[in-house]
Amino acid sequence: MADLRTNFAGIRSPNPFWLASAPPTDKAYNVVRAFRAGWGGVVWKTLGEDPPVVNVSSRYGGVSYNGQRLAGMNNIELITDRPLELNLQEIKEVKRDWPDRALIVSLMVPCEEDSWKAILARVEDTGADGLELNFGCPHGMSERGMGAAVGQVPEYVEMVTRWCKQYSRLPVIVKLTPNISDILQPARAAKRGGADAVSLINTVQSIVSVDLDLMAPTPVVDGLGTHGGYCGPAVKPIALRMVGDIARDGETAGLPISGIGGVSTWRDAAEFIALGAGSVQVCTAAMHHGFRIIDDMVDGLSNWMDEKGYEDLRAFQGRAIPNYVHWQDLNLDWRTVAHIDPDLCIGCGLCHIACEDTAHQAIAAYAKGTNRAYEVIDAECVGCNLCHHICPVEGCITMVPEYSDRPKLTWTNHPSNPMRAKPEVASV
Amino acid sequence: MSEAIDEAPSADFAPSPLSREALAHAFADLHPPLSHDAAKVEAERCYFCHDAPCVTACPTAIDIPGFIRGIVTGNMTGAGQRILDANILGGTCARVCPTEILCEGACVRTAQQGKPVEIGALQRVATDHVFAQAAHPFTRPAETGRHVAVVGAGPAGLSCAHALARQGHDVTIFESRPKPGGLNEFGIAAYKMADDFAAREVEFVLDIGGITIVNERTLGRDLHLSQLRVEYDAVFLGIGQAGVKSLALEAESLPGIMNAVDFIAALRQSGDFATVPVGRRVVVIGGGNTAIDAATQAKRLGAEVVTLVYRRGRAEMSATTAEQDWAQTNNVAFRFWAAPVGFEGEDHVQRVTFARMAPSVGGGLQPTGAQFSLEADMVLKAVGQNFQQEFHDIAPDINSGRIVIDPVKRQTSIPGVFAGGDCVEGHDLTVQAVEDGKRAARGIAAFLAEGVTDRG
Repeated sequence: MADLRTNFAGIRSPNPFWLASAPPTDKAYNVVRAFRAGWGGVVWKTLGEDPPVVNVSSRYGGVSYNGQRLAGMNNIELITDRPLELNLQEIKEVKRDWPDRALIVSLMVPCEEDSWKAILARVEDTGADGLELNFGCPHGMSERGMGAAVGQVPEYVEMVTRWCKQYSRLPVIVKLTPNISDILQPARAAKRGGADAVSLINTVQSIVSVDLDLMAPTPVVDGLGTHGGYCGPAVKPIALRMVGDIARDGETAGLPISGIGGVSTWRDAAEFIALGAGSVQVCTAAMHHGFRIIDDMVDGLSNWMDEKGYEDLRAFQGRAIPNYVHWQDLNLDWRTVAHIDPDLCIGCGLCHIACEDTAHQAIAAYAKGTNRAYEVIDAECVGCNLCHHICPVEGCITMVPEYSDRPKLTWTNHPSNPMRAKPEVASV
Repeated sequence: MSEAIDEAPSADFAPSPLSREALAHAFADLHPPLSHDAAKVEAERCYFCHDAPCVTACPTAIDIPGFIRGIVTGNMTGAGQRILDANILGGTCARVCPTEILCEGACVRTAQQGKPVEIGALQRVATDHVFAQAAHPFTRPAETGRHVAVVGAGPAGLSCAHALARQGHDVTIFESRPKPGGLNEFGIAAYKMADDFAAREVEFVLDIGGITIVNERTLGRDLHLSQLRVEYDAVFLGIGQAGVKSLALEAESLPGIMNAVDFIAALRQSGDFATVPVGRRVVVIGGGNTAIDAATQAKRLGAEVVTLVYRRGRAEMSATTAEQDWAQTNNVAFRFWAAPVGFEGEDHVQRVTFARMAPSVGGGLQPTGAQFSLEADMVLKAVGQNFQQEFHDIAPDINSGRIVIDPVKRQTSIPGVFAGGDCVEGHDLTVQAVEDGKRAARGIAAFLAEGVTDRG
């Protein structure tokens, strides 16, 4: 069995799977259940100053898609609504009882040095392993000058991070909001402020649906709705890209990253780790299915690593970073062609109609009675992959690379690029 | 020899021994409608195929992926209308179509996972939704003033009449039985058409307006083609296969021996299943869906032993595999390669003797010389229907017991007289009859548009 032990910015956990700061980590009861189930760590739901915030009733909005009852979710819940002392007491007890697990405390207080200084001291007394600065909450707290309101201003990120490093010995993880044009700005700011790591992404600002009877965004609270934070499998692509950007950036490369956003399976986790993440945080999948999903996450990741010959996480962590390049570095003189396996084809025609209506008219259709046959017209196929993705039968449509011994031809030096790098002319 | 032979035969041929509660259960809806949730889950299995094989397999070419998408998106009204637009008897077809040899047999999910999308069940949900609405989903354009006579209020006639009414024509349907519906009303097992569905569906069809049904008017007796051609602008014949083939055996008229179609009709029209006589030991002769419906209903009515005997093998049965399975699930015993050669009994049938058969060169059958007998208090003959129509007047050309029609115009040899359903060559299925009626209505529309005004 592969070694899943994790050392993330000095925070140790038996596996890289942590529960993100959210309702599942709101109190000792849940966190103990999670640890019993096998989770490697938790980020305790964000603490704030007393008096605690007040939450609304009706907190989640759901997205159903084509048979998936809950394909995505958003929430309008705020940080913990329990007294600070109660949370601190429970954190201390849980950490004492579960010394091998990572217990990180998420924090959000007003953007004032004294507020941070006061709470940091109290958190350190609990014996927690680290801090996560919630600069990402996209609703409710941001209107009060906290959460995303800080995360969207790199100078504030840097300033608060610096205070935390100044007043606490604990590793500081800065949680980033995706509700920003360039994720590198706050990531670089966090690094400048002395952050030990970043975690991302927090939820995406969203209206998940409009109730067409009530004519209000969901979730509807007494007839009205507000925007919330979107999460679940749909945000994973957004998160992966932002993680990849930070991992390959000259300024932030090497900064530990805890990957968050739609992690539902071991495979999702492996992808985040391949793009540089040192741990992953999970919330929606656990809220959907319960803590027991950890079994397959640990098991699946370990089995896959065994198959691949990766002895520990470091063996493949960041392996995809060098292959994440800018578009102009892609080889324009390389081609794949779709191939349909007639033995696997069930005759649904989805590939044909997609290609015919919306792509390159490269799939011919033959019909006889109720029998259907579809065939790729190689000369017309541009290798776009659309049919491959649409086909409901796994392995039926494959993209076959064409062999070429020609040198790589990128946009940078492509003849069609008027700005292409011209070969230097030898001086006379 | 069993002692039962010595008992008075009539004791073994009596109304059902089952309680009314048990009978109500035995003849309740065979496939109750899917719940809203079940329908949504099933609908989401549909891949929304392009040029979907299921549509090709449907004689009425219902836009199956299209209506299923309506169920997925919550457009149930649109889903039901889409079905009924192609097949006005989509409610009956949802209940009785042999889907495993039509749409569901062609479903790509069958190829992929051996389990098709349950198209029939989804069609029922969508059509039930439309039937529950007050308004008829189709409207009539301005009346054309043209009047068409339809003979036979079965699936073909109803389909043709509705299509004509949608074009603005007036239609009068003449039906020989006391009520409309044809085989939907008289010829299908009760549990497939529970809750008086056939009658409700006829009401639905008539809701479009412009259609009048006159019952108990039989062609060749109360009506004549030459007269209809004079009084109406066109005529459609949907007269089915009204006759029943005989075995041509001695003692075939013994009490207790009856046609399966009559037994099925008696059950459907009884109003009280407890009053319908059934044998303790029932022998059904035949291998089609009528034989299955008769055998299974006899068993459900309380018969102790029901044996279905077919002169050929299982593979040659015209009953679909699903129907065969259904009968066997109901404990109907099958005997193959046996043809009846004689009946015995004093004043009621007691025994049937069969000759064992074997295939002969050239696809025929020949007796092997061996025989066996089955005790029987009731024999149901289901060896096929035939064309039985005395015109006593001008008559269209008939070939092999089917009215000859032009494949496109659907017109018979008599100009202005069209035909469809079981009385013409084709699949003897409700869904085919509906399509025939639809196409004939198109042929009639074209005929009327030609401006032929001289009636007859």
